[in-house]
Amino acid sequence: MSGTNSTAPQALNVSDLRDQLDGMAHREGIHKWDLGASRSSNATVQVDRGEAKQLKASQRSSITVRVWNAAGLVGITSTTDLSPSGLERALIGARDASQFGNANDIPGFSPLAMAPTPELNRPLQPALGIQKLLSTLKHAEKDLLGQHQAIETVPYNGLSEGSSERIYLNSDGAVRQVQRTQASLYLYARAEEMGRKPRSGGAIRVALGSEGLDVQGCVDEAAQRTMSHLNYQPIDTGRYLVCFTPEAFLDLLGAFSSLMNARAILDGVSLSDADSIGSRLAVPFLSLHDNGLHPGHVGAAPFDGEGTPTQRLRLIHNGLLESFLHSEATARHFGVEPTGHAGLGAKVSVGPDWFEVSTSEGTTSGTTHLHHSSSLDTFVLIESLNALHAGVKASQGSFSLPFDGWLVRDGEKISVESATVAGDIRQVLSGIVHLEPDAKVTHQGVSPHVWVDGLAITGEA
Amino acid sequence: MPGASRALFCSVLHNQSLTHSGGLVASHPTERQDHGLDPAQTAWQQRLEALLGEGCRAGADLVEVFLERTDHIGVLAEQDTITSVSPAFAMGAGIRVFSNQRDGFVSTNDLSDAGLLRALDQALGMLNLERHAAASLGSFEGLRPLRDFGLEKQGWLVQAPDLSSSTALLLQGTDLLQRHGQHLDVRRGSYSRDWQEVLVAASDGTFARDIRLHQSSGLSVLAADGQHRASIGRRYGSTDRPDDLKTWDVDASAAEVCASAATMLYADYVDGGQMPVVLANRFGGVIFHEACGHLLETTQLERGTSPFAGMVDQTIANPAVTAIDEGLSAGAFGSIAMDDEGMESQRTVLIENGVLKRFLSDRAGEMRTGHQRTGSGRRQNHGFAAASRMRNTYIAAGPHRPEELISSIDRGLYCKSMGGGSVGATGQFNFSVEEAYLIENGQLGQAVKGATLIGEAKEVMPRISMCADDLDLAAGYCGSVSGSIFVTVGQPHIKVDSITVGGR
Repeated sequence: MSGTNSTAPQALNVSDLRDQLDGMAHREGIHKWDLGASRSSNATVQVDRGEAKQLKASQRSSITVRVWNAAGLVGITSTTDLSPSGLERALIGARDASQFGNANDIPGFSPLAMAPTPELNRPLQPALGIQKLLSTLKHAEKDLLGQHQAIETVPYNGLSEGSSERIYLNSDGAVRQVQRTQASLYLYARAEEMGRKPRSGGAIRVALGSEGLDVQGCVDEAAQRTMSHLNYQPIDTGRYLVCFTPEAFLDLLGAFSSLMNARAILDGVSLSDADSIGSRLAVPFLSLHDNGLHPGHVGAAPFDGEGTPTQRLRLIHNGLLESFLHSEATARHFGVEPTGHAGLGAKVSVGPDWFEVSTSEGTTSGTTHLHHSSSLDTFVLIESLNALHAGVKASQGSFSLPFDGWLVRDGEKISVESATVAGDIRQVLSGIVHLEPDAKVTHQGVSPHVWVDGLAITGEA
Repeated sequence: MPGASRALFCSVLHNQSLTHSGGLVASHPTERQDHGLDPAQTAWQQRLEALLGEGCRAGADLVEVFLERTDHIGVLAEQDTITSVSPAFAMGAGIRVFSNQRDGFVSTNDLSDAGLLRALDQALGMLNLERHAAASLGSFEGLRPLRDFGLEKQGWLVQAPDLSSSTALLLQGTDLLQRHGQHLDVRRGSYSRDWQEVLVAASDGTFARDIRLHQSSGLSVLAADGQHRASIGRRYGSTDRPDDLKTWDVDASAAEVCASAATMLYADYVDGGQMPVVLANRFGGVIFHEACGHLLETTQLERGTSPFAGMVDQTIANPAVTAIDEGLSAGAFGSIAMDDEGMESQRTVLIENGVLKRFLSDRAGEMRTGHQRTGSGRRQNHGFAAASRMRNTYIAAGPHRPEELISSIDRGLYCKSMGGGSVGATGQFNFSVEEAYLIENGQLGQAVKGATLIGEAKEVMPRISMCADDLDLAAGYCGSVSGSIFVTVGQPHIKVDSITVGGR
């Protein structure tokens, strides 16, 4: 880390930590253990009409210890206390919890926990410090407020920078360690015109460090989005041709990632099952990768919670389900290798890293005239989906979600006042009529605009 | 994630609390015999006075230190097996410095003198302040005598259920689901216990300690038959009742979950549109929480996102509506003896007969908006600065019987069970409906699923035209600017004359 990083945490001493754990485990008669630890330091500023609203900083540390007892059962304990007494308490707590370990599903060390990890080109960036962050955000807010007279406030804003470190160790000698820096900026403006309802819009940017943030791009996008919603109307309830922005489609896909999650399949809460590999999940011209190594993935890490190397994994090819996301235990169950998607827990979780949606090589949709900025068709352009935590029933495949977006008719965009979109994810994936050729790298993945026909929209008209 | 602070995300548990009775269980496996944050047994008072003094000498208007220790257990049973036991313990401090109505906040896990001083320096530096050894203490005259709300609660961590009893009860629950249900692919039971000890000290003399105990348990199923699928769950939550889990009527809960799953498994998706709705009591209160409650927090006034700014003593709701937020109901999930700024909890009438009476305010809210503190400064943990947040929030009972509400509607929707919701920067709110029935000619009709209700706060409050006489509360979690906190929502059955029901 750069010496100028005022928020840099003291680095974790891996060999010290391993020696301590080794000694404690030996004393307690524990022969098999592993540990995930993290330490982070972060600074955030928020402003309100030219003044600092809140300035925040944090230093956090945590460890999670897993212990295998004499019967082979696994227990776990987490703590923020990295002192020797905290470590010891965690180790003993994990051993006590192992009495309640699940004999039917015992996790093990990943067979890839000592395999080479990919090189990530993520140079650590210096922190600018909180006063510089404050000055940058004040200017950004002023700039945004000046873009349109209707933009009165930027009620949700924040600029943060931080550094973090994550390690994985196990009693077989695996040692993983990564350090990262990251910065983010978000601006959500609120605009109100006389006699009209307030409207809002926003933008997000992430980068490896504060100096790399596209501040002006974020301001411009937030302003453009906010202003584009000033002219609004209610929409008639009905079925529409819908175009999802990359951000909206990635949100929807992420909410239903249990379709490709081996843990969810084993738990019986996925719409897929063990025999789903090779079955059709989407239209033939759609392919999907999970790529935690993508250069646009600012938060990339070279290994997962079990120490398995991160990789680019093809999940859907030509519309056919090709792979599942795996931890060590699910991979063992399916007779494959872990894929680098595990978290460390009493019950090891599995989750996606960074989706890449693309048109399958050598295919087209057949409806290539559709484009979100030039199409003369009548369609609803969904900018963002809201309340996914409440409106998605992943185990049923259904969703009913409020959204921000526009009704586009003859090329004219009218913001939709207040409406929901509802459907079934399987029907969405099999009802895609077009993927635009240009993919966009967002802060959460890569996707083009995605067109789906016949989705139910409920409006106030 | 950066975008996470854009909206307020809330989810709802079911029922106010578990019933409780006497009886203790064996000691907790990770419990240590120490004195924690108890100033009577430790040097915390001297250490905090020294720290606050340093902050005041630097010229801060006010310095506040929030210390906490936590001990958490999470248990999950799936089918007939315990599949996850997750103990966790933590400690930390949040230091907040005010100067000219601005504030700097630093959180740390390092509770050593050096660690706390480093955090204080960082918070001071945010406001361009520096420590000066020779400077005056300003108005700081030391801490007042401790208000110890935790004195009677010393043994709660030990008295709470141990792993043997909680795991056994969950397995009993999943077994009962099997007995009561049909077509169940997945049966789950879960339990969490969150113990927290907090000590708050501020340079205005505030010095208070509390111990909190929140327990939550729940059952859920995934029912499937061919292409039909339904996932149904119920959670229950209580505060400050160590032995509550013991008398949880797990059989009744299992029966309720299975009955709902059996109904919803074959339910059609609702047709969307504008229509009148009746929202059931208890967790139906999520509508007030999302549509109005958040917008009555001074946090929203500070942001300029409340449509109710400057409307105290004006009519903002139907005269049928009286709404209250309080932290006093015994055992309720949102009850607190003191808030996270050391202020004793209280009962706050927000709306009386449709007229706005008060906003919920914390220390910063009082400073910046002029609304007096209401004991509503709350935070998830030491990593967050306190903000004005709801506690137990509900619409008061009205004069009607629930059947009268339903019989007053020719064609509409009865929302029996609600899911989570949120409210955005423009006051547009939403929440999902887990279990609903069509109302036709004043009678309940077929079950429907997949409904999401959306609306604008200022428009929907005047449309709550009837309140029934069956007020009840439900426990939930609320996520917002100061993290995820324990809350209660509540209401009697209410009628909303018209609202957008999103469906297919």
